[in-house]
Amino acid sequence: MQALLDVYKIRQDFPILNRRLNDGKRLVYLDNAATTQKPNEVIDSISRYYKEYNSNIHRAVYQIAEEATEEYENTREKIRKFINARYPEEIIFTRNTTESINLVAYSWGYSNIKKGNKIVLTEYEHHSNIVPWQTLCHNKGARVKYLEVDADGYLKLEDLYDLISQKDDGKTKIISLSEMSNVLGTIFPAKEIIKIAHEKDIPVLLDGAQSVPHMKTDVQQSGCDFLAFSAHKMLGPTGVGVLYVRKEILEQMKPFILGGDMIKEVHKENTIFNDLPYRFEGGTPNIADVIGFSAAIDYLNRIGMDNVREHELEMTSYLLERIKGLKSVVIYGPKKAKDRGGLVSFNMDGIHPHDCATILNDFGVAIRSGHHCAQVLMEKLDIVASSRASLYIYNTKEEIDILIDALNHARRIFNT
Amino acid sequence: MSEDIYREMILDHYRNPRNKGKIEEPDIRINDSNPLCGDEISIDLKVENDIIKDIKFDGRGCAISQASASMLTEMVSNKPLTTIKDITKDDVLENIGLTNLGPARIKCALLSLKVLKLGMVKYYVDKDPSSIEEMKDQSKVF
Repeated sequence: MQALLDVYKIRQDFPILNRRLNDGKRLVYLDNAATTQKPNEVIDSISRYYKEYNSNIHRAVYQIAEEATEEYENTREKIRKFINARYPEEIIFTRNTTESINLVAYSWGYSNIKKGNKIVLTEYEHHSNIVPWQTLCHNKGARVKYLEVDADGYLKLEDLYDLISQKDDGKTKIISLSEMSNVLGTIFPAKEIIKIAHEKDIPVLLDGAQSVPHMKTDVQQSGCDFLAFSAHKMLGPTGVGVLYVRKEILEQMKPFILGGDMIKEVHKENTIFNDLPYRFEGGTPNIADVIGFSAAIDYLNRIGMDNVREHELEMTSYLLERIKGLKSVVIYGPKKAKDRGGLVSFNMDGIHPHDCATILNDFGVAIRSGHHCAQVLMEKLDIVASSRASLYIYNTKEEIDILIDALNHARRIFNT
Repeated sequence: MSEDIYREMILDHYRNPRNKGKIEEPDIRINDSNPLCGDEISIDLKVENDIIKDIKFDGRGCAISQASASMLTEMVSNKPLTTIKDITKDDVLENIGLTNLGPARIKCALLSLKVLKLGMVKYYVDKDPSSIEEMKDQSKVF
C-alpha cells in the first residue's frame, strides 16, 4: 500500500528533528500527547507578525493593526471550518484546554448547576476535566458522578443510561468527557454518547485535547455542545486554546473574564458587553500565537486529517506489536490499534516509569512517565505511574525500533 | 549516562530495601508525595531519649527515591533525632553517589529527606508548640 503521507518529507519541515542532543544522538520525540513539535511555517508566521505587523487588534485603524486583526479573525474562520462549526462566533480563543473547560464551568456552570444536581464525568479524565467540576460542585452542593472504565479501557453505554435514567429525575445537568484518553489511548464513541445525553436534554462537553489533533472533527455531526482543545498539541504554539460552544448555548452564557475588548460601552454604574464571541475574550489576546496556529491548521489541512489518522494507525499498530513483544510488560487500554489514538501507555515489571524514561533519554528517546494528570484513572488501575509513548505525523517505524532497543537496554540494566 | 545512575548499589537498595515496612505504634509517622511523578514515601520512627531507636520507610516510587530512602534510614538509625537537622541535600546525594542528577530526578532522591525532616519538626512541635518559630525552617530541603 502506498503511504498516504510522506513522513520523510514532512520531517524536513521540523527543524528540531535534526537537533543533535548533548551526546550527539538524534532526538526521537515520542511525547506528542504532551505537546507536538512545530514546523518552520508556524515558527516563521509568528516571527513575521512580530517583524512586520505587530500591533493590538480590533480597535486601532492604522494599516498594521488592520492586518493583525484580519489575520487573527481569519484564524477563527479557519478553525470554524476545521471543526465544521456553523458560525465563527462559536469559536472562542483561550489559553489552553484547561482554560476552555474552566470557562464553561465558571460561566455556564455557575448559572446552571444547582444544589442536588449531578455532573457526569468518566474515570479516565485529565485533571483539567475533573477539578473545575469538583470545585463547582463543592460550591453549589452538587455531585460529580463517574462513568467507569473497564479493564480494556472501554466505557459501557448501559452505565451512561443508568446514570441519567428515569431515576435520575433530571438531576444530571451536563456530561463532560474526553473524546480520547491521554493514558489509555481509547477513542470513545462521542456521537453515541451525545445522542443518549441529548435524548434527556443534557448538554455534552467534549475535551478534544487528544482527539482534535489526530482525526477529523465535525461538531455538527457529533452534535457536541462544547468542545475544548489546544493549539500546541496540533503543531501550533503554546498559549492558545479553543472553546467551541453551540451558538444557542453561548448566547445565554455570561462573560467569564471581564475587562478590555469584551465590552461595547462602560459607564460609571453599568457596562454593555460586546457581541459574540468577543465578550468571552477579555484583554489583549495571544495575537502572535493565534496567528501561528493559523499556519498549523494550514499545514494539517494540506496533509488531510484522514491521512494523519491513517499514518498514526499504521504507526500505532506497529508500536503496539513491538511493545507486546517485550518481556513482562503490561499495556493499558484497548488491544486493537483501531480503537486507539496514537499512543501506548505501559509498565515494565520491576522498572519504575521514571527510571525507564531516564534510561531512554540516553538513546535520545523522549517519552513521558508519571500519572499523566489522570490520578483518578491511576487509582483505578492501581498504579502510581506509567510510561507513555505518543506519536504524530513525523514519527517513523525506525524511531519505534530505537524505543524498543532502549527499553530492552533498560531491562538489561535492571536485570529483571 | 544512566549506567552512572543505576549502579549496583542503587539497584541493590531498590531490590532489597533496608528498613522497609511499618512500626507498630510509632512515635512519629509522616508521609509526603512528589506531585510531579506520584512517588510516595512514609516514614515511621521510634524515639527514646531523643535517639532514633527504630526507623522504617514505606512507599511506591522509582529506584532513586526508594534506594535513597533505604540508605537514609541506615544513615540515621541509632543516631540522635537532632542529627536530622544537620543532614543537607548534598549529604544525601553524596551518600547515594548521585551528585549529577538533573532537576527533575533530584526531587526523587530527596523526597525521603524531606519526609524525615517534616517528621522531626512535627515531633518537636507536638511536644512543644512554642518551638514552631524555631523549627519552621528546619523542614526545608530545597
